[in-house]
Amino acid sequence: MPTVQLTVNGRPVSMTVEDRTLLVELLRDHLGLTGTHVGCDTSQCGACVVHLDGQAVKSCTVLAAQASGSSVTTIEGLATGDELHPVQAAFRDNHGLQCGFCTPGMIMSALDIIRRHGGRLDEATVRHELEGNICRCTGYHNIVKSVLDAAGRMKLSAAAE
Amino acid sequence: MYETTYHRPNSIDEAVALFAKASEPRYLAGGHTLIPTMKQRLAAPTDVIDIARIPGLSGIEVSGEAVTIKAATTHYDVARSDAVRKAIPALCMLAGDIGDPQVRYRGTIGGSIANNDPSADYPAAVLALGATITTNKRGIAADDYFKGLFTTALEDGEIITAVVFPVPAKAGYAKFPNPASRFALTGVFVAKLKSGAVRVAATGASQSGVMRLPDIERALAASWSEATLDKMRISADGLIADVHGPAAYRANLIGVMARRAIAAAG
Ligand SMILES: Cc1cc2nc3c(=O)[nH]c(=O)nc-3n(C[C@H](O)[C@H](O)[C@H](O)COP(=O)(O)OP(=O)(O)OC[C@H]3O[C@@H](n4cnc5c(N)ncnc54)[C@H](O)[C@@H]3O)c2cc1C
Ligand code: FES
Ligand code: FES
Repeated sequence: MPTVQLTVNGRPVSMTVEDRTLLVELLRDHLGLTGTHVGCDTSQCGACVVHLDGQAVKSCTVLAAQASGSSVTTIEGLATGDELHPVQAAFRDNHGLQCGFCTPGMIMSALDIIRRHGGRLDEATVRHELEGNICRCTGYHNIVKSVLDAAGRMKLSAAAE
Repeated sequence: MYETTYHRPNSIDEAVALFAKASEPRYLAGGHTLIPTMKQRLAAPTDVIDIARIPGLSGIEVSGEAVTIKAATTHYDVARSDAVRKAIPALCMLAGDIGDPQVRYRGTIGGSIANNDPSADYPAAVLALGATITTNKRGIAADDYFKGLFTTALEDGEIITAVVFPVPAKAGYAKFPNPASRFALTGVFVAKLKSGAVRVAATGASQSGVMRLPDIERALAASWSEATLDKMRISADGLIADVHGPAAYRANLIGVMARRAIAAAG
């Protein structure tokens, strides 16, 4: 069994797991980080999205061993204490969730989209880039609104720094 | 998923040696085909040999004559490469339309070409541009490489190291994606090479995987325009008929996608 060494939300983790362990299983079952969800388990829905070395990936389709040596950020790693991350705050303010099952993956994907496109984000781009995230509740309208709002907030806070 | 043993070799030689020693090994690159297949227990390799981080196995080199994409280069890195966009824009567009952003961060060109899914995008570009598949042993011409559904000329344990695409005079790709999976319901890649030769390939359409379209090639060689194809009838023989659409529908899509690809190529 391999010893997987990675940084999760800034904290070093070293753990011996079965070779076939998925990254999402390591996060949820071994580290108790249950904010990352498993919706489809077939690489389609995006509920399991985390950042692996800064890139949004479906953690149900990555072996824990493949991630060894990398840095992982999950939904639990976004807020600063009680202060929500701007993308989380935008989802709350814009009613960007109903049951909330897809939300952790949506937020991790949204942050990746905002980082990649910066100020050039428009509605069509957001809808296209959310192709890998499925929501059964909202009809996407408020999710798209949340992402655009979050992009604006992040631009403002970057400008203030 | 059945039990397996994970390896992460540091060189191609080490990977090949691990492969030779194991009883039912598979190479692992982005894992976005192999891991889902293992989870469904359709594949049960005793050993998975992770080649994604081998130094020198990813990266892009562009010269006036060729675009060389190393095997472990992700779809994301191809889609965003300015050098590729200048040389063969259709390739960036194709890579940027594979699956979704998360799939593009992980999936690799080598994995796609090794897997040779009949609905995958890259095989159409490789065949239409007449690319060369470079392995740890040899170079294989695209025309000799694709051998039908999920079958290629690769020998047991052979590793793709790069795909070398000649820079064409013009090229374009258009696909009609399956709205659920994003794979091509039918995709057509058209290319006019610098030699003047016209090559056209379709993916997602044929029961025997990616194929060239000789009738369309001949017509376009005579006159490179969308209008040339307006009256052409495309035979539905041997085309896929499934829950997503009958063979005649795909035959029609070949014509429509070919016209869109020409429009995109300019
Ligand atoms: C949700 C989803 C949507 C997708 N949509 C599309 C789409 O629209 N279009 C499309 O074309 N594809 C699509 N794909 C497939 C995706 O592009 C895959 O990532 C790709 O086909 C395989 O690449 P990989 O690096 O993930 O390979 P892996 O899964 O790691 O490997 C696939 C096979 O290739 C072998 N292999 C890998 N690298 C090499 C090498 N260098 N030499 C020899 N053998 C090798 C492996 O042993 C294995 O048998 C999709 C996948 C998913 C999960
Ligand atoms: S649980 Fe990973 S994509 Fe659905
Ligand atoms: S809010 Fe329920 S699935 Fe998206």
